[in-house]
Amino acid sequence: MESVTKRYADGTVAVDRLSLEIRDRSITVLVGPSGCGKTTTLRMINRMVEPSEGTILLDGEDIQRRPVTTLRRSMGYVIQNAGLFQHRTIVDNIATVPRMLGWSKQKARARAAELMERVGLDAALAKRYPYQLSGGQQQRVGVARALAADPPVLLMDEPFSAVDPVVRKGLQDELLRIQDELGKTIVFVTHDIDEAIKLGTMVAVMREGGRLAQYAPPAELLAGPADAFVEDFLGADRGIRRLSFFPSASLDLTTGPVLPLDATAEQIAAAGAPWLLVTDAEGRPLGWGEPRTLTAGAIRPGELLPYGRPFVPGTDSLRAALDSAVLSPAGHAVAVDDAGRVTGVVSQAAIGEAIRGAHAADRADEAKVAS
Amino acid sequence: MNLDRFFDIPSDLQHSWAGLIGLHLREALLPVLAGLLLALPLAQLCVRFRWLYPPVLGVTTVLYAVPSLAFFVVLIDYTGQTELTVMIPLAVYSLVVLVPAIVDGVRSVPQETLAAATAMGIGPVRRYLQVQLPIAVPAIMAGLRVATVSSISLVSVGALIGNQGALGNLLAAAQKYDRPELALNSVLTTAALAIVCDALLVLLRVALTPWMPSGRRPKTAPRQRPVPQGVTR
Ligand SMILES: Nc1ncnc2c1ncn2[C@@H]1O[C@H](COP(=O)(O)OP(=O)(O)OP(=O)(O)O)[C@@H](O)[C@H]1O
Ligand SMILES: [Mg+2]
Repeated sequence: MESVTKRYADGTVAVDRLSLEIRDRSITVLVGPSGCGKTTTLRMINRMVEPSEGTILLDGEDIQRRPVTTLRRSMGYVIQNAGLFQHRTIVDNIATVPRMLGWSKQKARARAAELMERVGLDAALAKRYPYQLSGGQQQRVGVARALAADPPVLLMDEPFSAVDPVVRKGLQDELLRIQDELGKTIVFVTHDIDEAIKLGTMVAVMREGGRLAQYAPPAELLAGPADAFVEDFLGADRGIRRLSFFPSASLDLTTGPVLPLDATAEQIAAAGAPWLLVTDAEGRPLGWGEPRTLTAGAIRPGELLPYGRPFVPGTDSLRAALDSAVLSPAGHAVAVDDAGRVTGVVSQAAIGEAIRGAHAADRADEAKVAS
Repeated sequence: MNLDRFFDIPSDLQHSWAGLIGLHLREALLPVLAGLLLALPLAQLCVRFRWLYPPVLGVTTVLYAVPSLAFFVVLIDYTGQTELTVMIPLAVYSLVVLVPAIVDGVRSVPQETLAAATAMGIGPVRRYLQVQLPIAVPAIMAGLRVATVSSISLVSVGALIGNQGALGNLLAAAQKYDRPELALNSVLTTAALAIVCDALLVLLRVALTPWMPSGRRPKTAPRQRPVPQGVTR
């Protein structure tokens, strides 16, 4: 987008000289307070709104030069509340664009069935009508419908804002998975900064009056907000959230305080730690206990305190590790492998050390880029 | 009252009881059909050009307020003492009920649905026929029910212009021959026709809208107008 402005008939400037380069096969998130022109920006991309000034190029070609129908059918569009056709069944909703493109009924339905599976919808829902689906399911149908003709571009306008947080998280994870598999170019609008940071490859923060405040990858946004507006918009705990972008693989794990249920008095004494993590026969964590309260030889799970939520080194971030450590009464995070078996524990202090290390590495990277 | 002669229709009406029913239905339903055919494009214009709707609504409301007798008096000069003179005002009344029903129904389609359709590259004509009209069906059917029932009751007024009132003619005959059972027949049969037609329309609506949650009323009921009654109209 090159210096795009939208002035509505009543004089409202919804978007003001916005320039944005949207990368192929990535998720670009537009985020900002209500009324800052996110929807307008998105709709200029498929020409539901025509810009007043500036040009929008798609693969180097001005979108004004493409027939509007062709342009729109090369872009899936997903909106809040899904906007399903309430008078059509789920399969027919999903098959709408393929049918318009002249596919046979059979082929379109087969495609719809395939997409239902891809977005995690039970095939039994195919013959239902939208009112018979939950909000989350309807939203999945909306995504499937947008993907139906396999468009290279997906435009999404607050698609998940009308569903509860648990369902929303599921939909977000699903979107990331779909993006991994299909490699679409996605432009995603939200007013939820957490959603933006979670989903975005690049995040464009917009402010009132339709101006761009900052355009950066999420980690960079958290590390260095361009101005007070962006900093304010990111919220109070951006330091903690930034930890999501630091890997936990480099943490030094210790297995000293980890003992099985049948640990002997000698083993308990030898561990020499104020808190011990007790595991079951398979090595899965059961809970924390203080040496003096444990029954040597036959520890009962009832004697133990909860271990909170373990993290998986390498997969989870430092944020998950820190969270695990903060949750634990012993002040240690529990690390597990993919099968849930304990691989060690790590102290809050060690995690703090890793955080400082990550910051240093980040600064070194920046210096390298700058030079 | 002699109920044994309930179905004994005087020969000057030139119809059996069943014949009168057929006539009554024709005089009542053809105008509704004509009203619907006119209302669809008119409503579409009102949806497309928003400024058109208030004046159309104003004119139709005034037309609705004109008593049917006044219509007959004016029309008799042109169409004589024929069925047509009865049916034209009824068609106008149907039109008046149906235009707001269709407009409100079409407008009740959620913004998101319209945006989704536009974003798929569905053009305005196709969008109207394949998205807006189907979703407006419950509201249109509700309008049709009002139009049909009031049309059935109004046909009787035609008795005043050369016995063109079908079952309504029985009222005049009841007076002329002093046979009150004929009046009862007229009232009961007309009411039964109205109830049966209404029930059929409900069934049709259910058949047309499998996508509606059962037991819920259409989101936008048509502007309800009082069902006109009696000879004063
Ligand atoms: N059709 C229109 N005519 C006039 N003004 C409009 C129109 N559509 C939007 N606006 C105005 O343009 C501005 C930007 O609107 P837009 O819908 O793009 O905001 P948004 O960022 O999507 O907000 P939200 O988060 O609330 O959806 C607002 O001030 C809005 O009032
Ligand atoms: Mg918006």
